[in-house]
Amino acid sequence: MLLNLLDTRGLRSQLKDSVPVAGLCPHGAYGVQDSLRSGFSSVKNELLPSHSLELSEKNFQLNKDKMNFSTLRNIQGLHAPLKLQMEYRAARQIQRLPFLQSSNLALDTLRGSDEAIGFDDILNDPAQSEMMGEPHMMVEYKLGML
Amino acid sequence: MALSNVLETPAAGFNFDNAARNAALEGLFERGQAPKPLKTGTTIAGVVFKDGVVLGADTRATSDEVVADKMCAKIHYIAPNIYCCGAGTAADTEKTTDLLSSNLTIFSLNSGRNPRVIMAVNILQDMLYRYHGQIGANLILGGVDCTGNHLYTVGPYGSVNEVPYLAMGSGDLAALGILEDGFKLDLELEEAKELVRAAIHAGIMSDLGSGNNIDICVITRQGVDYIRPYQESEFKDNRKIKYRYRPGTTPVMTEKVVPLKLEVVQESVQQMDTA
Repeated sequence: MLLNLLDTRGLRSQLKDSVPVAGLCPHGAYGVQDSLRSGFSSVKNELLPSHSLELSEKNFQLNKDKMNFSTLRNIQGLHAPLKLQMEYRAARQIQRLPFLQSSNLALDTLRGSDEAIGFDDILNDPAQSEMMGEPHMMVEYKLGML
Repeated sequence: MALSNVLETPAAGFNFDNAARNAALEGLFERGQAPKPLKTGTTIAGVVFKDGVVLGADTRATSDEVVADKMCAKIHYIAPNIYCCGAGTAADTEKTTDLLSSNLTIFSLNSGRNPRVIMAVNILQDMLYRYHGQIGANLILGGVDCTGNHLYTVGPYGSVNEVPYLAMGSGDLAALGILEDGFKLDLELEEAKELVRAAIHAGIMSDLGSGNNIDICVITRQGVDYIRPYQESEFKDNRKIKYRYRPGTTPVMTEKVVPLKLEVVQESVQQMDTA
């Protein structure tokens, strides 16, 4: 519950602690430029976000976790975020096969997002996505054989 | 890492793929003829009185210069003791208040307690600040909880104010004039309803974006009285939704009865087994 109270903090700490995801991958589903839907690719499109919220939304969960952990470390000492991160790492390993959608129940419970509804539960729900990756390719990619 | 045969499912939440396309299309339309979202162009007002909170709103939704909805409901349900008036982009206010209501319901199911108005305000503030004003929702939240009667305003960038009386929307200046003139602490119920009605009426008269009927919602410790419409506009048209005529509207001129002769050709009896 403590982590849920610390959602928004001062701007300065946000800038210092943020871990930007470098670059913006092309918008197509396979990571390749979808010329039919989004036009020709250009360097500007790949480096700069086309919408002011794009970068901040991409990094939102990362930034939130980083801020929460650093506050927890300041209040309770190093052991608290270490233990929590160990649990997160364990919960993240409970997944189905790569081409199937996992429910992430343990991860949700740890994060507290099983008690909250936001836009990411309604819009673009991955469980309702109409495309599935090719099973053999996805598993080979995960095992590093590709 | 991206490979051309490995599918990356898009992240959940908002999808910004169309932003670049929209920017390119913006240049194609002349003089900004790109379609605009439906705004509510509203007058909403709220007043704290002795036993609770009165919220009022008009019912017009505009899309540029056309009235898109004459009976739009701008007072949204959040919790049994909390209601919210929304001004700004119609879809944004609807969705945001829906999400807020769901979150508070989950909370009360989890903890077995009634939600407080300040919790609704905090959730809204976090949500709206995260999107830096791109969600165009100006909201007035009013409710009664164990700590008293509260009226809050939340702006689209996440700013919060707690005030005893309030008006928002495009007609807020006219409504605020009436409220400033007539407000006193600890008003009675009828006085408070009349004050809010007068404020919304002033907004309707002075602002093009507000109009049609006035809705009033009274929230007290005993319950909620959602009066929709509280006052109907004098200019409503008399078109009916259903056109059903009474039997006997059309006069019968002549009547001719032809009996249908039937012959019994075959008869078979099957016994029914009643136990």
